Amino acid sequence: MDKLIIAGKEFNSRLFLGTGKFNSNDLMEKALLASGTEMVTVAMKRIDLEDKEDDMLRHIVHPHIQLLPNTSGVRNAEEAVFAAQMAREAFGTNWLKLEIHPDPRYLLPDTVETLKATEQLVKLGFVVLPYCQADPVLCKQLEEAGAATVMPLGAPIGTNRGLQTREFLQIIIEQAGIPVVVDAGIGAPSHAAEAMELGASAVLVNTAIAVAGNPVRMAVAFKNAVEAGREAYEAGLGGSTPLFEASASSPLTAFLDK
Amino acid sequence: MFSEELEKIDWDLTTSAIASKTEMDVRRALSKSHLDVDDFMALISPAAEPFLETMAQLSYKYTRERFGNTMSMFVPLYITNSCTNSCVYCGFHISNPMKRTILTEEEIVNEYRAIKKLAPFDNLLLVTGENPAKAGVPYIARALDLAKPYFANLKIEVMPLSTDEYKELTHHGMNGVICFQETYHKANYNIYHPKGMKSKFDWRVNGFDRMGQAGVHSIGMGVLIGLEKEWRTDVTMMAYHLRYLQKHYWKTKYSFNFPRMRPSENGGFQPNVVMSDRELAQLTFATRIFDHDVDISYSTRESADFRDHMAPLGVTTMSAESKTEPGGYYSYPQTLEQFHVSDERTAKEVTAALKGVGIEPVWKDWDQSFDLMKN
Repeated sequence: MDKLIIAGKEFNSRLFLGTGKFNSNDLMEKALLASGTEMVTVAMKRIDLEDKEDDMLRHIVHPHIQLLPNTSGVRNAEEAVFAAQMAREAFGTNWLKLEIHPDPRYLLPDTVETLKATEQLVKLGFVVLPYCQADPVLCKQLEEAGAATVMPLGAPIGTNRGLQTREFLQIIIEQAGIPVVVDAGIGAPSHAAEAMELGASAVLVNTAIAVAGNPVRMAVAFKNAVEAGREAYEAGLGGSTPLFEASASSPLTAFLDK
Repeated sequence: MFSEELEKIDWDLTTSAIASKTEMDVRRALSKSHLDVDDFMALISPAAEPFLETMAQLSYKYTRERFGNTMSMFVPLYITNSCTNSCVYCGFHISNPMKRTILTEEEIVNEYRAIKKLAPFDNLLLVTGENPAKAGVPYIARALDLAKPYFANLKIEVMPLSTDEYKELTHHGMNGVICFQETYHKANYNIYHPKGMKSKFDWRVNGFDRMGQAGVHSIGMGVLIGLEKEWRTDVTMMAYHLRYLQKHYWKTKYSFNFPRMRPSENGGFQPNVVMSDRELAQLTFATRIFDHDVDISYSTRESADFRDHMAPLGVTTMSAESKTEPGGYYSYPQTLEQFHVSDERTAKEVTAALKGVGIEPVWKDWDQSFDLMKN
């Protein structure tokens, strides 16, 4: 399997994990380790930035894991830039998952504010991984603004509905000059494998593992699915549309036989 | 810049990869909805020849889905045949002793008016040789300014320019550039283009990056079929180039041209390979299946019969009633043609033939106000 490279850093695992929604920090840590992940996002709002021994953070920090603070909770670019600077100081990393969802119900990303914040944060020296709509034009604009990846959604956060945006993800992947990480909506290992087969660089999973009957085993299942999907993509998949077989009479090309 | 990408693609390995494509590779390519260059190689390979009718049907389907039952019509206008290059295959070759013309402003306007009498052309392609001293950017800019009252959409096919020069011409209403790389075989390129500015391979191949950087709306690409014996390898390089450009300059629309040389009856340069109708049809279908959006342009180099049959099957832009000598529309002087026109029908006859195969010619598909907003 090819290594994934983001902002010059190599990753062996193409599975990114979220850390919300687990019923204990111990269980979360076990799932993280079982998944083989090397990139873990954490909401800065969940961490007590004053407390160096914060219990949640203590369970996340491992030498092989890149910590990816996220701005979940902010509602516009201005708040996001402020939160990002806080996070950089508190977590000691300039990596940032930019999330701006003013709508508390579906947590859908605000396109206008996300682009604006990306432009500003890149100038401030952040490695920005923006969560965004599966909008191919937006993704090119984020790339031009200097984003390190784009993280388009498969379906609304937490819905486990899979790749509802499949057609658009395909276009985004085809056009992208930076890694494409499918974020949100991935509810089952088969969804993760599907995203990887399409050519996504990685997937980010949270709810599907956190609320599974056995989160640790589910983490392993996702690890295997991501690897299988990537392997299939690199091996070169056959097409899926049935071959349109020509009729014997060759109506369109008979003129070439004249 | 694309020259760096091209360095990484080995010509000989690509040639053998195309030759070793199998029926399975073709079937896989035909059944995919998003194809990569490897699939394109399968579709242009000899292994795909038995699938020609299937490819025609798919190409027809994708073209009609994306472009409707229409054909965008354009007209080329040669404003000068003076040229400082010595391309061994070209009628405008510097050592060709024939008289050269640089149309005056009055003559250019006469041409515009004469063209408008032929048909309601609104897509104009201004063509020049390479003569920066006497027919450089200011001359082209002036011709564009003069064209504005007559044509909605102005493209140029001239020597490669700098980014700033492309930008400057967009301020004169130019929104498209056509430039043929001729061949992507870097070593052999200089055999065909031994002297003059055109001998600089990297300057030409990176011209497309400069067009993209200048924000040109539409970029036309082409391989001159007849130079490299392995034309399949050459068009594969163009497919890589297209994918590269689409990724970097994603706001631009691209078109492919496959000008093919025919054996010359009166001596002169003889093509190293002659592409058959069947092969050009296969290449056209393969291109459409590879990329559903790219424009495919057929000029009047192609015969009337072939153009009529191919019109519904993948082609999306066509010229008609073209003259390839400067001054050819207003008067009919015995001056130098760049290449011989095969389809000599009038624009009205071409229009009627297209309608006969269920295709509606579209004359205007751009508005100058889009260009003005940029300025």
